[in-house]
Amino acid sequence: MPRRRDEMVPDAEFRSYYGQPVVKRPIWHEPHMPAYLYLGGLSGAAGAMAAAARLTGRDRLELAARMAAFAGAGAGTVFLVAELGRPMRFLNMLRVFKFTSPMSVGSWTLAAHSGLTGIAVGSAVTGLLPLAGGTASVASGLSGVAMATYTAVLLADTAVPAWHEGRRELPFLFSGSALASAGAALMLTTPRAQAAPARAAAAAGAMAEIVAGGLLERRLGLVGEPYRRGRAGRLMRASRVLTLGGGLLATVAGRSRALTALSGLAITAGALCTRFGVLEAGRASAEDPRYTVVPQRERVDAGRPASVPGR
Amino acid sequence: MAERVGFFTDTSICIGCKACEVACKEWNDVPDDGFVFRATSYDNTGALGASTWRHVAFVEQDGRWLMMSDVCKHCTHAACLDVCPTGALFRTEFDTVVVQSDVCNGCGYCVPACPYGVIDRRQDDGRAWKCTLCYDRLRGGMEPACAKACPTKSIQFGPLDELRERAEARVERLHAEGVTEARLYGESPDNGVGGTGAFFLLLDEPETYGLPPDPVVTTRDLPAMWRWAGGAALALAAGVAACFVRTRT
Repeated sequence: MPRRRDEMVPDAEFRSYYGQPVVKRPIWHEPHMPAYLYLGGLSGAAGAMAAAARLTGRDRLELAARMAAFAGAGAGTVFLVAELGRPMRFLNMLRVFKFTSPMSVGSWTLAAHSGLTGIAVGSAVTGLLPLAGGTASVASGLSGVAMATYTAVLLADTAVPAWHEGRRELPFLFSGSALASAGAALMLTTPRAQAAPARAAAAAGAMAEIVAGGLLERRLGLVGEPYRRGRAGRLMRASRVLTLGGGLLATVAGRSRALTALSGLAITAGALCTRFGVLEAGRASAEDPRYTVVPQRERVDAGRPASVPGR
Repeated sequence: MAERVGFFTDTSICIGCKACEVACKEWNDVPDDGFVFRATSYDNTGALGASTWRHVAFVEQDGRWLMMSDVCKHCTHAACLDVCPTGALFRTEFDTVVVQSDVCNGCGYCVPACPYGVIDRRQDDGRAWKCTLCYDRLRGGMEPACAKACPTKSIQFGPLDELRERAEARVERLHAEGVTEARLYGESPDNGVGGTGAFFLLLDEPETYGLPPDPVVTTRDLPAMWRWAGGAALALAAGVAACFVRTRT
């Protein structure tokens, strides 16, 4: 990459075993895993917005948010099951609860969140049990914020350098992106009179996503390189352009159906690019032994090797 | 609980015969993983994986060969075991780490979690596999197949404390003989994985053999990760609330 070569981290001298990877790359598939991450985020933030809409008495917005939260959780579960291979394998996830496994915590979160959004939608569609439906709608606000952020821990709790070192920024990147995604979906499906909070969410979420993504790439130094290079770099740059454009458009799209649609689609495409980009950056950082070896070698040479205190 | 056992692999006397790789495959009925000519070294196995539970690395250097039989480290704090969502991975009475293949879900989470890149998922059956330290042989009072088959005693099996003493003595002797580059890898209970159940005597830096120089158990930072995620969840809730407050008519 010719541009800003002098600002790049210099190529560190390091040794490896014939350039072979030290850690195994994540084996999760495309589009299953990135699609699940996007849909989970969308569903989670939509759940939170359903709760807020209920508490502030915006019926149409709440209905749209209940629908989006349920659709996101349902479609996300389909992608997750496709990733695992067959439905029984998702149920098998619920045979234990392990706090040390973000995937176990996530499986229970997804099960709870899907159940709550299902009750909320079922009640809204049939008109039955309105009290249960309302309670589930508010409760999905709590399960929703967990749903939108646990996936960041899922990625960070690995030996994949670009993910593990991004453990502070990834939750904010994902929650910002989730808020933008839900805002985009809801401003497209809610009458204009009640869609103002959705437009605000789309704009605010987009800004949070851009800021967290920028911090992620900058703070990580050498290990942040995979987010800037190759296919991951292209996806992350596309995400930034789409998210920024969509977010700005959301602030002025109030009166125009066409601009709202354009904004919503741009934000959605940006959020998908973020998820595909993060997965790709993780793969690239695991495949190149430099990102595993160099930071560890620097720790050892500086006399500060890792330890596991208090365990 | 039985005494903690493990491997001490002394690479200074490894001759690269691959008897360990073959014995492991034979005993554990591990499938063929294909013959690949990598055009980089004499190593046609490449790395540890779902069907390679012992892997002999060949490092060609000016004036010498380095050979090293790599294996699952059976960490004191095992990331694969921590992150497994189904409980398929468990710690045995010998303090080793084993996958129960009838419980494994094939979610693949253990694969990127391992800081050594050991465990992997098999393409054909979709489940995760790795060295069991011959759990079945241990229960029968026998030593693991690789250690039994090693003709030079480069792979030594036994109680971990005893192996550590033996390894210290071996390093001292090599240093006295002028082999100053000899060093132990993974034996310290103070390292990033709390010490490994399989440790090594190396003649060069770990990364030369494809090992991480300073691995950390993935889940060491998990409480901090949950806190950061909690902060992001609160920020999301606050963000949603702000969107509704600011747009109130």
